[in-house]
Amino acid sequence: MSELLGQTPSQTVGPYYTLRLFREGENILAPSGHIDRIVIQGTVLDGDRRPIEDALLEIWQANSVGRYHHPDDTRDLALDDGFSGFGRAITDFETGEYRFETVKPGRVPDAEGAFQAPHISLIVQGRGMLNPVFTRIYFSDEDEANRDDLILRGVPAARRETLIAQLVDNNVYRFDVLFQGDDETVFFDF
Amino acid sequence: MTEPMIRHYGPKAYTDHPPFSYPEYRSTVKRSPTHDLVRIVQTLSETTGPGPAWTEISDEDTDLTTNTGTGSPAIGERIIVTGRVLDENGRGVPETVLEIWQPNASGRYAHWRETEFPAPLDPNFVGVGQCLTDSDGGYRFTTIKPGPYPWGNHPNAWRPSHIHFSIMGRSLGMRLVTQMYFPGDPLIPLDPIFNSAPPRARSRMIATYDHKVTEANWALGYRWDIVLRGERATPMDEGDD
Repeated sequence: MSELLGQTPSQTVGPYYTLRLFREGENILAPSGHIDRIVIQGTVLDGDRRPIEDALLEIWQANSVGRYHHPDDTRDLALDDGFSGFGRAITDFETGEYRFETVKPGRVPDAEGAFQAPHISLIVQGRGMLNPVFTRIYFSDEDEANRDDLILRGVPAARRETLIAQLVDNNVYRFDVLFQGDDETVFFDF
Repeated sequence: MTEPMIRHYGPKAYTDHPPFSYPEYRSTVKRSPTHDLVRIVQTLSETTGPGPAWTEISDEDTDLTTNTGTGSPAIGERIIVTGRVLDENGRGVPETVLEIWQPNASGRYAHWRETEFPAPLDPNFVGVGQCLTDSDGGYRFTTIKPGPYPWGNHPNAWRPSHIHFSIMGRSLGMRLVTQMYFPGDPLIPLDPIFNSAPPRARSRMIATYDHKVTEANWALGYRWDIVLRGERATPMDEGDD
């Protein structure tokens, strides 16, 4: 095997990333009136359970039939015009709340020939974070699919709940991201 | 149904990256995970990523000395920053958007949160740009050399001159935000954010002055390559950890 080049180290986005990395409307993947629209909202909390007021959240997801807008997803499933599956949100400087408007993704295959439960990949960064953290948003009204999900099954049972967005209203889910403590959100390495 | 292409990417080399918690950079202490990361297999959700979709809708905007549209050039030392985005196998990463942001020549960010540092704003400089890499992974920006600026981490703390770079990548795990530093900057060894990277990897964040890039009677040239995680032939390369 030939020698690999060393990876460029990650550095924090710092406090000023909104100059480039967030523009109004990038948290809206499905506009209001969209038939399958859902809202995901929550806060990002630090080790003292104070809201992180300057976090950047990036989501990546399949569309409602489970197709990724990506050249490697060559499956014969329809793409939606104007739905990229990528969105960015920032937490509110006063409240620490973020909000995405999107669609619930369809199921995509796992590594063993079955289908995963519907989920959205989430990357969180911010001032004071030297690396991004990667997690997944699952849905509380997908119990059966969640039980069979290959990735969730690999998470210690006591921590799985941290990955499940709770349905709190019609098509509105709550998903908080917590750093540190017993209830810390599960972060992935892959 | 056609099967999707499942590539396999090598792991994030945590020995090349900063730890999550680095107490010399105070804000990391409460904003870092304390549990171990949970290792998962790569599925289509991890081997795909927003890079290609993001690139599709991004326009080039590579000259930060003129992109405010005021018709007047920004003040400061005009520089060219160029290089390649590579994966760790040494292959160029083509058609990928690089997004950058930085303060002006005085070290002042054009951002509402900067209220402490009484350095002048430049109405002809916003400090943001983006560039699409070419078929070889090459990129090139024209900008103003950013100034150092103070921050509240510890008494008399100053950030060395730097430019923030963000890359989405073709797969989720290629996501990288980093900072490019300038050679010879005396503030570099004093900077906890720079020093958070492991010693063997720190120099990868410092650009090289390249006289071949410098344009006569116009701008000094710096070269800087960025290395991302790359594809591996098989999952066997990465061991069992």
